Amino acid sequence: MAQILGLPKLSPTMEEGVLVRWTKKEGDKVSPGDLIAEVETDKANMDFNVEDEGVLLKFLVKEGDTVKLGAPVAIIGKAGEDIASLVASAAGGGGGASAAAAPGPAPAAAPAPSGKAAPAPATQKQVPGTRQQATGNGNGNGGAKATTASAGAPPQMGVEDSANAPAAQKNAVSSEQRAAQGKGPIPRAGTPTPQQRPAAQAAPGKLLASPLAKTLAIDLGIDLRTITGSGPGGRIVERDVKQAAEGGGAQPSTGNGHGEPEPTEGHAAEDVGDHQVTQAIAVRHARQIVPEGDGDYEDVPASNMRKRIASRLTEAKRDVPHFYLMRKLDAAPLLGFRQRLNDLLGDRGKVSVNDLIIKAAALALRRVPECNASWQGDSIRRYHRVHIGVAVAIPDGLVTPVIRDADQKGIGSIAAEVKDLAERAKNKQLKGHEITGSTFSVSNLGMFGIERFTAIINPPEGGILAIGGTVDEPVVGKDGAIVAGKRLTVTMSCDHRVIDGALGAKWLQAFGELFEKPESLAL
Amino acid sequence: MAVISYREALNQAMREEMDRDPNVFVMGEEVGHYNGAYKVTQGLLQRFSERRIVDAPIAEMGFAGIGVGAAMVGLRPIIEFMTFNFSLVAIDQIVNNAAKIFQMSGGQYNIPIVFRGPSGPAVQVGSQHSQALESYYAHVPGLKVVMPSTALDAKGLLKSAIRDENPVVFMEGETLYNTTWEVPEPTGGADDLIPIGVADIKREGKDITLIAWSKMVWTCLDAAKVLAEEGIECEVVDPRTLRPLDVPTLVESVKKTGRCVIVEIGWPVAGFGAEVAYQMQRHCMDSLDAPIERVTSDDVPMPYAKNLEDEVQPQVKDVVAAVRRALYLE
Amino acid sequence: MGRVRGVVTASMTTPDTKRVEHEDSHELVETTPAELGPLYRQMLAIRRLEEASAKAYSQGKIGGFLHLIIGQEAVCVGAVAAIEQKDYVVATYREHGHAYAKGVSARAIMAELYGKKTGVVKGLGGSMHIFDKATNFLGGYGIVGGHVPIAAGAAFASKYRGDGAVTLCFFGEGASTIGGFAEGLALAALWKLPVVLICENNQYSMGTPVYRSLAVEDVSLRALAHGMPRDRFDGDDVVKVKRRIAEAVERARTTGEPTLVEVITYRFRGHSMSDPGLYRTKDEVEEWKRRDPLNRCRQRLLDVGMPEAELTAMEEDVKAEIEDAVKFAEESPPADEYMKYVVKE
Repeated sequence: MAQILGLPKLSPTMEEGVLVRWTKKEGDKVSPGDLIAEVETDKANMDFNVEDEGVLLKFLVKEGDTVKLGAPVAIIGKAGEDIASLVASAAGGGGGASAAAAPGPAPAAAPAPSGKAAPAPATQKQVPGTRQQATGNGNGNGGAKATTASAGAPPQMGVEDSANAPAAQKNAVSSEQRAAQGKGPIPRAGTPTPQQRPAAQAAPGKLLASPLAKTLAIDLGIDLRTITGSGPGGRIVERDVKQAAEGGGAQPSTGNGHGEPEPTEGHAAEDVGDHQVTQAIAVRHARQIVPEGDGDYEDVPASNMRKRIASRLTEAKRDVPHFYLMRKLDAAPLLGFRQRLNDLLGDRGKVSVNDLIIKAAALALRRVPECNASWQGDSIRRYHRVHIGVAVAIPDGLVTPVIRDADQKGIGSIAAEVKDLAERAKNKQLKGHEITGSTFSVSNLGMFGIERFTAIINPPEGGILAIGGTVDEPVVGKDGAIVAGKRLTVTMSCDHRVIDGALGAKWLQAFGELFEKPESLAL
Repeated sequence: MAVISYREALNQAMREEMDRDPNVFVMGEEVGHYNGAYKVTQGLLQRFSERRIVDAPIAEMGFAGIGVGAAMVGLRPIIEFMTFNFSLVAIDQIVNNAAKIFQMSGGQYNIPIVFRGPSGPAVQVGSQHSQALESYYAHVPGLKVVMPSTALDAKGLLKSAIRDENPVVFMEGETLYNTTWEVPEPTGGADDLIPIGVADIKREGKDITLIAWSKMVWTCLDAAKVLAEEGIECEVVDPRTLRPLDVPTLVESVKKTGRCVIVEIGWPVAGFGAEVAYQMQRHCMDSLDAPIERVTSDDVPMPYAKNLEDEVQPQVKDVVAAVRRALYLE
Repeated sequence: MGRVRGVVTASMTTPDTKRVEHEDSHELVETTPAELGPLYRQMLAIRRLEEASAKAYSQGKIGGFLHLIIGQEAVCVGAVAAIEQKDYVVATYREHGHAYAKGVSARAIMAELYGKKTGVVKGLGGSMHIFDKATNFLGGYGIVGGHVPIAAGAAFASKYRGDGAVTLCFFGEGASTIGGFAEGLALAALWKLPVVLICENNQYSMGTPVYRSLAVEDVSLRALAHGMPRDRFDGDDVVKVKRRIAEAVERARTTGEPTLVEVITYRFRGHSMSDPGLYRTKDEVEEWKRRDPLNRCRQRLLDVGMPEAELTAMEEDVKAEIEDAVKFAEESPPADEYMKYVVKE
């Protein structure tokens, strides 16, 4: 069978080529390895050898033409074959029509031209650190002693200290404020009082504090802006926070030759402060002892659907004031009713509990139309038609196809419609209008053994009904005896802006009546 | 419990493992009749014969590769480099073959081999013989890199390295061979081994963490003594293995002290200490009270003259100065 | 002192790479359809496998480097036919044929080229790094000459254990200038390691002809410096390759002595897929193609009495095998594991 020859990849980085010269004629017989043309690539003039056996039936490009990688250049087959359709498909830009000639995706990384090295994929996902400063002294001529601080501090600390002394003044609070703070109680909240907010700080300036000083200050409830840093450039360091916690507003000592500042012996207040510090460190230490490694988790890219679910539901749960009403219903009559319906239907279909619930919800909305409504910012929109959204789980998320005018439809047609929509939902074949416009939703997790749950409202709807599974449980019968019963719990989530508690209860009562007297669903 | 030298500890480790497993053999220059250029293999030829203690001619790439090939088909070679400076002519075998064959073969062939020998500057042997090359090897996935600082660690880690299923670059401190440490008599059980990838706290302290390996552990312990006189308590943590690196132990210490100085005898640029610093800031950010300090050799080839050679390398005074900076004491 | 074979009379000194006339090059080696049939089948399968891989490469289904052995098939097939299952083979990045000859399936090779999970090394190696423990194929190596010491090491292990296995190490004449080859050769000779070092002299080190890369073009002469036995012959006739390598294998197995064997051959394709081949004339390539060892083998099979029908059936069978391999590779799942094989737990 004849096939289209596409322009082959003749160099690892080639994207197109110029067909310099045909070295065979139309009608020539060729075998694998035969040279048929010369092609100029990004690298060099390359031989185009065929890998197939047959007769060159037709050339599709002229000498001198520039051809994209994989685009049709010739047709090869048996002598006398009809190639009209191939010629047409090639002319229609259908180079890809011939599977044999279509190029696959280009390699992810183009190999280096050298004969020895090929690019390797990164074998470990690295979390890039913050941009790091180069350390060391380059070529090493006349460099200072290579004791560099890797976080980027200049190596000459002493110089830095004196040079930055004015900055220390600028960034730190004034001595008067320190004194005031030292006398007053230690502020426990993060916000300073107006008097404490130093004038110098009002100007946009950076608060210099070590990360440890910051975490310690949070743990101890100390406002860093009330502390003078004793580190280089006025950096607030651990000892400064500790001293502040101890209630000492005094200027912290610097360079006193005694390492880590220790609480002065015999001072009760300082002992307490130190104890708090120790505790704070201990707590944090316990929480963070095992560093997270990059291999402890993987990040699965979110599909568009997942992103939409994330943003829509976050918005709904955040912006809609939900409250929940729960009701346990007698499911026995409904189950019996369903059985009778299914017996009638025979092999013409099946009705599920959920289908009946959709119908019941729709009729309940007709009975309590105030609940078939939506918050519009400064008004409540009441819908005249009842469209029920049905939450359907699909492999990577969920969709809510809509049963329009569910109150008007027969149970059988609801059942058929749900079945069709759910199936097409799983195959991602739903059209836009089939998943929009619902006025109220139903979500059922009963089939997963969930007894009861609460659902998030699907805006702009005013409510959603969450259906649990049927549970066998002892109930008190009419004569006061305990008998076996079947119970099903429904939970209504209401948008309080539209539905108040009593209104919701009224709806739930209507729903319950329909549910427990299912024959009324058929009226 | 006997006090033995680092050299003797290595010798014991090889002897015990060769007694235990007939597939273990030693190959290298002057390892047999000469008894080892640094006498680490002393007496092994007598005990195990020329079949298992193989004197190689000067052909590092050749015998390192022979080790790799033998390891592919089931032997457990110990390849001695007279010094790791000479491993550079065999680095193709270590990096392109030993480290990659397990991966290239899709897990079919692993390479249980030890490349061992002295590393780091010695005394007045000039620039070609005075290099700390651990950062080269620690960069390569597929290798393990072990750098013991004491006789105890040297013995337990070398035994683990010989039993490891992967290529292990085992870098001994060239100036540590005569140092001594208490080493227990072998029991023949797991107690004799020190696992690869587990750090050791060589000295406990609450004020600052010093991270160092091989010879620099000793420098840090000396610096800690000096600082203790000022009331500063240093915690000296020895990772013992650079790849895999025991990050949790280092992190735990740095979170405890809030300050960290990393001391290495190698050059500063792209030295392994930079990776340690990255890991510490990555995991200890909120616990750090000061920038992480590094103390390294100067960024120069090693000079010959003794006074210059000392000046180039990290000394106790350099460590003390870095600690004082991290504690905001200067 | 090793046995030294007769020195080849002529040598290549001119840019047009005149064919070396060996003193025994025209002798027909005795064979039978029973011996030659399977060798022809292997050569043909390797040819078809490589043609199929070239096609897949041109379609972008295979990436990176692809070095084809087309034209040289008689060397790997003949040499591997001279050893046993327990013997080892160490090869270069041009190793599809060697792997196939040693017993790696066309499916496993093709799936590897496609970078699939079902590839012989799970899609981690690609064209240059085929390894197969089941057939003692110790791998394809991408650093020229670096694998020669590894082959010596496998042979060292055989000697250490006394297991009687022999290692074949293949490399090109271009490897003869690098240290790995020199040191591997020296140590194999010094320690009498049972390895046969086979130089596949295809006359070009990438794009550099022998006369521009070697002062002495006879690579086998390197053996003399180490007192090592050597051999040198043309690689057109697969049976001859098998016989001559068998002599070296026998020597290694019985005396432990290594041999340096140089086989003169020619690759029809470029060094890799991106090689335009501007360093040699089309006439030269055509001249060599006329002596295609595959065609020569086929003719010889007819001459020694294999019926044409039987040959055709074999060729159909090979075609089906390679088509199946391509289909298998196409349909296999993508490679998925890469963290698992960094260190062995």
